[in-house]
Amino acid sequence: MAESEQIAAQAAKIKASNRRVFLTLGMVAVLMFGFAFALVPLYRIICDVTGVNSVATNTTRVKASDVVDMVVDRSRLVTIEFDATINGNLPWEFKPSIKKVQVHPGERKQVSYYFKNNADHPVTTQSVPGVTPWQASRHFQKIECFCFNTQTLAAGEEVEMGLLFVVDAELPKEINTLTLSYTIMDIDRGKALEKPDLSAADNDYEGQSARRISMR
Amino acid sequence: MSTVAAHHDDDHHHAPPAGMKRWLFSTNHKDIGTMYLIFSLIMLFLGGGMAMLIRAELYMPGLQLLEPDLYNNMVTNHALIMVFGVVMPAAAGMANWMIPLMIGAPDMALPRLNNLSFWLLPAGATLLIMSVLAPFFGGGAPVNTGWTLYPPLSIQAGMSMDLLIFTLHVLGISSILASINIITTIINMRAPGMTMMKMPLFVWAWFFTAVLLIIVMPALAGGVTMLLFDRHFGTSFFDAAGGGDPVLFQHLFWFFGHPEVYVLLLPSIGVMGVVIPTFSRKPLFGYKSLVWGMVVLTILGCVVWAHHQYTIGMSVFATKYFMIGTILISIPVGLMIFNFVFTMWRGAMTFETPMLFSIAIIIMFSFAGATGVMLAVVPADLQYHDTYFVVAHFHYALIPGALFGLYAGVFYWLPKWTGHMYNEKLGKIFFWWTTIAFNVTFFPQHFSGLAGMPRRIVDYGVQFQEFNVISSIGGFAFGLSHLLFLYIIIQTVRGGKKAPAMPWEGAQIGTSGLEWTVSSPPPHHTFTTPPTVK
Repeated sequence: MAESEQIAAQAAKIKASNRRVFLTLGMVAVLMFGFAFALVPLYRIICDVTGVNSVATNTTRVKASDVVDMVVDRSRLVTIEFDATINGNLPWEFKPSIKKVQVHPGERKQVSYYFKNNADHPVTTQSVPGVTPWQASRHFQKIECFCFNTQTLAAGEEVEMGLLFVVDAELPKEINTLTLSYTIMDIDRGKALEKPDLSAADNDYEGQSARRISMR
Repeated sequence: MSTVAAHHDDDHHHAPPAGMKRWLFSTNHKDIGTMYLIFSLIMLFLGGGMAMLIRAELYMPGLQLLEPDLYNNMVTNHALIMVFGVVMPAAAGMANWMIPLMIGAPDMALPRLNNLSFWLLPAGATLLIMSVLAPFFGGGAPVNTGWTLYPPLSIQAGMSMDLLIFTLHVLGISSILASINIITTIINMRAPGMTMMKMPLFVWAWFFTAVLLIIVMPALAGGVTMLLFDRHFGTSFFDAAGGGDPVLFQHLFWFFGHPEVYVLLLPSIGVMGVVIPTFSRKPLFGYKSLVWGMVVLTILGCVVWAHHQYTIGMSVFATKYFMIGTILISIPVGLMIFNFVFTMWRGAMTFETPMLFSIAIIIMFSFAGATGVMLAVVPADLQYHDTYFVVAHFHYALIPGALFGLYAGVFYWLPKWTGHMYNEKLGKIFFWWTTIAFNVTFFPQHFSGLAGMPRRIVDYGVQFQEFNVISSIGGFAFGLSHLLFLYIIIQTVRGGKKAPAMPWEGAQIGTSGLEWTVSSPPPHHTFTTPPTVK
């Protein structure tokens, strides 16, 4: 009798312990699921702080007054290349009006981009900049840029918009060329989600390459 | 530590219930283990069939058999089936069968959860097959992303992608539950005297596998859930148009994806840890160091994921960190390899099929380790990235490292599971056939990759044709060899020489494992009164 009671007590103890381990491990799994979502802000912070992600979208915005007494380094010439990409199947034309310019660090420069809305209705877009190499993004400072605002163009409307920038003199010596790339996006997410049927593959492959505007 | 918790279910004292009920409602670790193994065998032929289609398409340059999208869909599903449908369930099946027997437990700690873990698998497999079939019935574009499911391409695919996301959810839940169960069993259900450091290496290997799964599987589930949100609910986790970052998904995926490699590998290391001492007739060399090696592997495996992403343009500091971390992994893995070699050193070796597989693994897996170190080096990887060199590398890692280890386990434990000895002659033929065919298939891919042949593309330049012809012929032979494997298993299940409780002469040398103290096949219920380990 005493022995069977002992066995039952032992069984209950193990059952409780099983429950404890199960709940602990289950909690770990749930926490890790949450960790995946926590990574979204964490990742952004880590990238901002350390700059590990090269395609930095946080190119610097400065006030014109801040760059008034910036020293111009006449001994160096830096080549800035301009690039334009259209995201998804946005029916816009978007290109830089000049392919590249040479500037001295500290010197202000104005260039412009060409926009045209080929859709039969008004469309609002946002341009997102990126600078390569990533080490240069900190030193590429925009005083005025269309990317600071969204652009709404009526059907068929075309426009040129300017970009006033300065590359500061602290740009690392080994960087002689940097590329400024803009990707233009439809900010109406609902519309952007409407995807062409990719199963009609044959025509579509050509369509996609045509959509990417080549630079003049 | 005791095992008297045997009385969870009333039917535990009876013979197994007859008919479908025995399997559908099973809470018996042996039956569930058997179901896991049968499931993965079926999936092996499904995923293998897809591989055969891929090799047939690549036999010649140009498009012959498969549309480009369908080809990429086959590549995607071949990988997902082999990883989630074959290797993981097979390893889980062996864990179910052997861990309670080895540590003297009457069953898994949570038998009903065990039932759920298994029966989620057929549900997941059904979703996966629906995902493959949906495009043929107007379901939009097939999933053509490769198993990594990178956005933005995965955001654009048709409803197949949604089905695949749910597949991953279901299979993920299944393996998380199974892992929780296995850890609980190992912690709570050991027989009196079976201390942690007396457990057979296979149990330890599964312990770390389960730890890894619980840590990384939910991260993947989170990642694909965000993908689902981006596809349908207007969020922009990964869509740059809304301020998201597609590279974040790559980090989430590989945070799961790299430890997953060790999830696939460790159970096979565990199998080798019991097979090699048996046929060397010597205790396992450096048992403690192997356990600690696995601890190091588990930790390092979780913090080096971005070596799959050198080309995304990380900073030099970040790539340097991931490179050094990755190369460090060769230390615990090298330690395991040396321990196995030292176990064989001056042993009285015989070469039964499981041992042949284990030795072949040591050689071929070391080779994969060497190409792995090449790929870990950043400047070299920029050249090799996304070429067939990578394909060759990970097939050398996963086919010997995971699959052959499981084959070794199947041949080693078939007598225990079925009560019959398998046909040793056929087993050896299978070993040589499959090993040679495997090398013929994948060795040339190193060369085509170094010459620049990209992966995941349906067509290739004519200069790669010779390598691909060799690869395809090897591939067909490799696929065909598995019919022999199936035949051997069916033959063994149906009859053959009676197996004694301990079919291998050296099985008990240097180990306290209790699996050989029960008859072959074991009775439906074992260790209902706890055995004692001296």
